[in-house]
Amino acid sequence: MNLFNIIDEIEKFDPELNDRLNPRRAAIKNITSFGSKVAMAAVPFAMGTMLKKAYGAAAAPTVIEVLNYALTLEYLESSFYNTGAASAGLIPAAGASYINAVKEDENQHVAFLKSAITASGGTPVTSPKFDFTAGGGTGEGPFKGLFGNYNLFLKVALAFEDTGVRAYKGQAPNLLGNKDILTAALSIHAVEARHASAIRQLLGVSPWITSTATLGNDTGVPQVNGNYDGEQNVTQGGVNLTTLPGVSGTSTSVAVATAAFDEPLSMDQVLALLVGTFIYT
Amino acid sequence: MKTSEQESIGGANMARRSFLRYAGLGVASAGLLATAACHKDHKVIVGGGIDIGAKGDLAILNYAYALEQLEAAFYIQVITTPYSGMTADEKALFTSIRDHEVLHREFFKAALGGNAIPALTVDFSTIDFTKKAAVLGAAKAFEDTGVKAYDGAGYLIQDAGYLTIAGKIVSVEARHAALISNMLVAGSFAADDQVDSNGLNKSATIAEVLPIANTYLKTKVSASNYSYTA
Repeated sequence: MNLFNIIDEIEKFDPELNDRLNPRRAAIKNITSFGSKVAMAAVPFAMGTMLKKAYGAAAAPTVIEVLNYALTLEYLESSFYNTGAASAGLIPAAGASYINAVKEDENQHVAFLKSAITASGGTPVTSPKFDFTAGGGTGEGPFKGLFGNYNLFLKVALAFEDTGVRAYKGQAPNLLGNKDILTAALSIHAVEARHASAIRQLLGVSPWITSTATLGNDTGVPQVNGNYDGEQNVTQGGVNLTTLPGVSGTSTSVAVATAAFDEPLSMDQVLALLVGTFIYT
Repeated sequence: MKTSEQESIGGANMARRSFLRYAGLGVASAGLLATAACHKDHKVIVGGGIDIGAKGDLAILNYAYALEQLEAAFYIQVITTPYSGMTADEKALFTSIRDHEVLHREFFKAALGGNAIPALTVDFSTIDFTKKAAVLGAAKAFEDTGVKAYDGAGYLIQDAGYLTIAGKIVSVEARHAALISNMLVAGSFAADDQVDSNGLNKSATIAEVLPIANTYLKTKVSASNYSYTA
């Protein structure tokens, strides 16, 4: 997902876009400041429609697009942990080795993906701006103060890790059969899952996502319910897991069925969860 | 780039995918993969051992089924004969992991139906289940190997649905692996023995994994079409 050369990307799908946009650009230049505000207000809607066209179900993303999407997520995580590690007094001694190890991995993922994109003939996207309070650039979001509050920091970390696992999983089919890139993506996916497990242990919640029949989110942070929606699924490949026998008994609980399988998220779903809150341009 | 053999497998997968979509509407669960797939030459039984069979998704799913059988049996034993000094917290965690592995096993068994390899007989005689260090060490080996196995076999899967299911399982195995590693050495959840200098989990081929698995199996598992015969 190229968040920064978005117009260029859309033009590949819609060659007439430039013609359509230019009159509007000219119009924006010429209108009064009052009118300008109105015109600009219409832009996000237009972008949303074009994004859907560019990245909707009709066209599966290319390998480069998948890698740039992954890179964007890794920018988010690396910036988050780098900021956390640089925040004096945030991380207690007991958590320092954990957070530092995760930080190192995320920075390595950024470097690895950049080189993988270049090696694949693509151009790595640059990092977007982040607002880790989820305030869309205001710094006033629901997680305000997280870099001075270790528990809040860990909760946001966990949402990023569990969402990252879901995001990589969702892209696996777009890399089907690609020995090098799929294997690398699955290998990053596993490391994100290791991180998620470790952050969960620091928070004192179960290392795996234990959903109920109606709520995917088991973290107790309602602001991230959307990040866990779908984890309550108990049907895999047409098999209802709750009908399968356990060690004792002829059925399996929803808790076990949901914890034993993690669920994917599509690119659209992940971007909808992050863009405008944690990611802004 | 596809060979004609791969084309035909792709065609079979398409049929199977449509079938799974149907099945998802509420048809009973047992033997989903069996119904659409008619390869005769999978899961060959040779001299008391098992072969995961002809190249293709059924072989990879049976490979995963073999590893899940092994993991499930291990944790069943851990809970049946707890090591001395196992705390209530530890027992709860091992019980959860056991239940996940048993469900993975039962899922593959149900999904593969008539195409599933038989139940494997395990041999844990080298593991001292009375000692915490021995159990954690073995658990770490099983989980780390499982993660490397799924990561290393993912590219061999030709059906997107199966690949996603493998992805759903491997991240849970990685969650287990991180927990077990931290129980052994706090903070070792992504240590250098499992994660390389690019921050990637290590991966392993079928030919690397099965010899390790076979040291805990009386029923030896081969993958003659993937360069390994026990």
